Amino acid sequence: MTNVLVCVKRVPDASSEVVLTADGQSVDGRFAGFTMSTHEECAVELAALVTAAGGGEATALTLGDAEAVEQLRAALAVGCTAATHVVADPQRFGPADVAREIAAVVRDHEAAGRSYDLILLGNDAADSGDFQVGIRLAYELGRPVVNGVTHVSVADGVVTASGAGTDGYETYRVPVPAVVTILEGGVEPRYPTVPGRMKAKKVAIEERTPAGEPTGPNRVKLALPPPVPSNVQILGKGADAAPAVVDVLEELGVLSR
Amino acid sequence: MIVVLVEKGPDGLAVEVSRETVTFARSLSEAGGGVAIDAVVVGEVSDALREQLAAYGVRDVHRLGGEAYDSFAGAAWAAGIESVLAATTTVVVMAAGTPRGNEVLAHVAARRGVEMAANVLTFGGLSPFVVTRQVVGGQALEEMRLGNRPAIFTVAGHAVEAAPAATPGAATLVEHAPDVAAADLIARVVSSEEPEPDLSGDLKSAKVVVGAGRGAGSAEGFADLVELTELVGGSMGVSRVVTSLGWRPHHEQVGQTGSRISPDLYIPCGISGAIQHWAGCSSAKAILAINTDADAPMVTKATYAVIGDLHEVVPAINAEIRRRRGE
Ligand SMILES: Cc1cc2nc3c(=O)[nH]c(=O)nc-3n(C[C@H](O)[C@H](O)[C@H](O)COP(=O)(O)OP(=O)(O)OC[C@H]3O[C@@H](n4cnc5c(N)ncnc54)[C@H](O)[C@@H]3O)c2cc1C
Repeated sequence: MTNVLVCVKRVPDASSEVVLTADGQSVDGRFAGFTMSTHEECAVELAALVTAAGGGEATALTLGDAEAVEQLRAALAVGCTAATHVVADPQRFGPADVAREIAAVVRDHEAAGRSYDLILLGNDAADSGDFQVGIRLAYELGRPVVNGVTHVSVADGVVTASGAGTDGYETYRVPVPAVVTILEGGVEPRYPTVPGRMKAKKVAIEERTPAGEPTGPNRVKLALPPPVPSNVQILGKGADAAPAVVDVLEELGVLSR
Repeated sequence: MIVVLVEKGPDGLAVEVSRETVTFARSLSEAGGGVAIDAVVVGEVSDALREQLAAYGVRDVHRLGGEAYDSFAGAAWAAGIESVLAATTTVVVMAAGTPRGNEVLAHVAARRGVEMAANVLTFGGLSPFVVTRQVVGGQALEEMRLGNRPAIFTVAGHAVEAAPAATPGAATLVEHAPDVAAADLIARVVSSEEPEPDLSGDLKSAKVVVGAGRGAGSAEGFADLVELTELVGGSMGVSRVVTSLGWRPHHEQVGQTGSRISPDLYIPCGISGAIQHWAGCSSAKAILAINTDADAPMVTKATYAVIGDLHEVVPAINAEIRRRRGE
């Protein structure tokens, strides 16, 4: 039996134009919509794979406003079986605050008899990009942490985590309970099925208030990078542009050989 | 004093992004009235590395040695930096915004109970200590306060250009063999397979680079792009999406967490031009973008562009080159 907790964050979809709120404190996602960070989609998939292989429950956790329940339902539709929602304005929480809140949930659940052998998070959130919540959480709980891997499995109380790293393809083996942060690329997140979605709707999500007062993200303000004026010369559309392209290549002298 | 974690490449010398970070540290030092800059290096320190760090203005090189450093463990590296902090009066701890840099400094920040800023581009002032960093995948900038000491942050790759100092430092070797707690060695690399050979040298010096991104569609979608690369006698450079998906090897990655290129011509095909990619290709003399989306940042920032499907445009270019060569 391996119980997994997977932590996800509701983030503005940054694939289209980014708009800031008037107070410059956050991204206004009302137009672009919201999603889950890609790293976390892979973490959810790994949570589903690990619990399917070893038995056990995959619990999704988020700290976010009321709408973040959407991301929990998404995780429930693809293999998680329980979910906890710390309902709070995420803009007021810095990475250390979030780590403390996750640790508080873990302690409460464990006191109530539900322990987590493995806690998965994304390596970095797509919006705040702090690169540290998982590591801070590990220190809060006194557990080992493996950072930035793409593959995870658990057998006989040992977590094997691996991925392409600085020194080549790197493998870690740590005893449970452990914290692991995930990078996208190792697994393909599954699409929710209709029965999966139906089941997700029926799960009762545990709602909580934050355990403590946040110290905040130390943010002064956000800004957009200054726009760069465009001087592009369009050579054409589609395959018909090929002669114009080769003219440019000849002009620049890159075809001489 | 400012402490910079310096990472080494396969040649045992400081990698470019670490040299950039030392360069960044010098601008901080100047603003702070000439605070000394020390480097922390894990493992071997060759004479060549010391000479290189001296040229960058480094005063002391703190070497972390001992069995704990035989393979990577983020907590053990952090424990080593802490032992350097214990022996010095350090106001700032920095590293490059690499996987190792972000990981190790997050450990140091967690152990110290202070904040950490990842992927900093500039600093805005020393009192209060304010930095600007990349957020939302580089689409927005965040001004962040670092109120506690030491101030801990990583520097985004290629945010500054690496440049030696006007006045070299002594780069005096200081040995540290800290007692690393067993708990800090639990999460440790137990096996690593040989990294892919680093062939990025060709890419960095290439006169023409053919780029490819998600628009290539699959590993198989590279045939025409490889042919174009050969026809122009250039190198292949790709986006992070391409290396993450395993379509091409990491040494071909261009950008903040890849190589910085400066060819006469860069031909990015199916690359949107995210800020992290731009960080690696902005010094190209000319850019010829091929993209289905006329509004993609890569297109608007390019010198020339073709709007269209790369799987149609690139074969047509290849055929036209061969035709003009009389093949
Ligand atoms: C901390 C950090 C570091 C990063 N470091 C790097 C880095 O070093 N290098 C890097 O590249 N990225 C890096 N990234 C990722 C970066 O933010 C982008 O996600 C990435 O560059 C996007 O890759 P892409 O352009 O291939 O894909 P996309 O952004 O998905 O763009 C694909 C483009 O292809 C076009 N297209 C689609 N199909 C076709 C077709 N058939 N023909 C022509 N055009 C087509 C689309 O219009 C689009 O413009 C980093 C991100 C973070 C957060």
